[in-house]
Amino acid sequence: MNGFLTTTPIEGGFQNPPLAAQAVFRALMDAMARPGTVHPVAALALPPAPLTSTAASVALTLCDHDTPLWLDARLDVSTDVRGWLGFHCGAPLTTIPADAHFVLASSPGELMALENFAQGSQEYPDRSTTLILQVDTLTKGRELHLEGPGIETSAALSPFPLPRHFAAQWKQNRARFPRGVDLILAAPDAISCLPRTTRIFETEA
Amino acid sequence: MSDIATYNFAYLDEQTKRMIRRAILKGIAIPGYQVPFASREMPMPYGWGTGGVQVTASIIGPDDVLKVIDQGADDTTNAVSIRAFFRKVADVETTTDTARATIIQTRHRIPEHPLSEGQTLVYQVPIPEPLRFLEPRETETRKMHALEEYGLMHVKLYEDIARNGHIATTYAYPVKVEGRYVMDPSPTPKFDNPKMHMSAALQLFGAGREQRIYAIPPHTSVVSLDFEDHPFEVQRFEKPCALCGAEQVYLDEVILDDRGGRMFVCSDTDFCEKRREAGHVGELGMAVDGLEAVR
Repeated sequence: MNGFLTTTPIEGGFQNPPLAAQAVFRALMDAMARPGTVHPVAALALPPAPLTSTAASVALTLCDHDTPLWLDARLDVSTDVRGWLGFHCGAPLTTIPADAHFVLASSPGELMALENFAQGSQEYPDRSTTLILQVDTLTKGRELHLEGPGIETSAALSPFPLPRHFAAQWKQNRARFPRGVDLILAAPDAISCLPRTTRIFETEA
Repeated sequence: MSDIATYNFAYLDEQTKRMIRRAILKGIAIPGYQVPFASREMPMPYGWGTGGVQVTASIIGPDDVLKVIDQGADDTTNAVSIRAFFRKVADVETTTDTARATIIQTRHRIPEHPLSEGQTLVYQVPIPEPLRFLEPRETETRKMHALEEYGLMHVKLYEDIARNGHIATTYAYPVKVEGRYVMDPSPTPKFDNPKMHMSAALQLFGAGREQRIYAIPPHTSVVSLDFEDHPFEVQRFEKPCALCGAEQVYLDEVILDDRGGRMFVCSDTDFCEKRREAGHVGELGMAVDGLEAVR
């Protein structure tokens, strides 16, 4: 009964959906086109915790009734988060990782292996999962050296936290090209992207 | 509430934009791969840039400055109409100045002025599938891309050599993107192919009728297919532009009379105008002062 009476889920969406979604998308497009670059994103959405504003803005920009969404355990147990996403995105939630078009992960460090999500097929490599990872920082973690399309010579990014054994997992992801997953790293006030084409070299700590 | 109902910002509804935006991100992540998308009816016929317009409408924001060219020219019907369309539905500033534009929508040319970081080039594409004239079945071409089976394309280029002694393909010249996908650069003259290679700008391709979006991220390898003994070459022109005297640019032939008179002028009108304003004069051109007098 309580769930019906609460009004939390229906607040905190984009105030001006066309312009807010455009601003977030341009940051996403530039970030995906130039891996390693960090693009600021204003707090345009105010979702219930533990969903962050940046991750929620990305979800509002890209997800809708056409895109099954998979939530990690910490988000999935929150009725407020599920209600908020249901109201503002309308994306169907799925419990099968390989069915998900998008993933929202609040604890990337505890995420299951990337190979469990949709990788696309050799004919349709676009039918793969895009993971939106809520990270604490893009600059204070362990430094990753990046090379590949969109990067003139080399770039660096230091996100934290990342999925376990990230460098090894990413190497496998890269080896599956053109299949594979793409990552959107949503920090508290900025985003950065790692498309499947990016080659990552971890520096010796 | 006396406001008359208007279109959504940038014409398309939000669900359509989300769908196109998802396709653009996938296109960027898989350079050269054609991402299927649910192309919408636009207020213009197919063949007039419905794919490019949908891509532009999905990326454009209030701060953007839009330039639209048709075969290099800013002043043709298609270019003028599309600029007017976006002024109306997105209230954006438009320009003919290549360096000032943040988004350049193009039909079949890449501007002569080098593009820079932060600029986005949006191509209008009629036939996105480079293998389509060799293999009409989508199921087969899809498999060929999946298996990286591009022998047929080399056979086509070889047949060119066998018949003509050289590769006679002059536009829509196939390229390989990042060593993986063979891609149709849209019917740009092959003169422009080298500009795609390691470009600082993001390049997006929209094919409305064929419902495909593809992309080349900045600083990405784009290699025109060729043979060791018949390397790729761009067109050469015997004379410089007749109006501005520019060399090493792509020229259009203009018929002057019915006795065989002709001149070759820059296809890129903005580039030509800027050169003439800077005082360059070709053999049939006149100084800018004289031009003003004629006007």
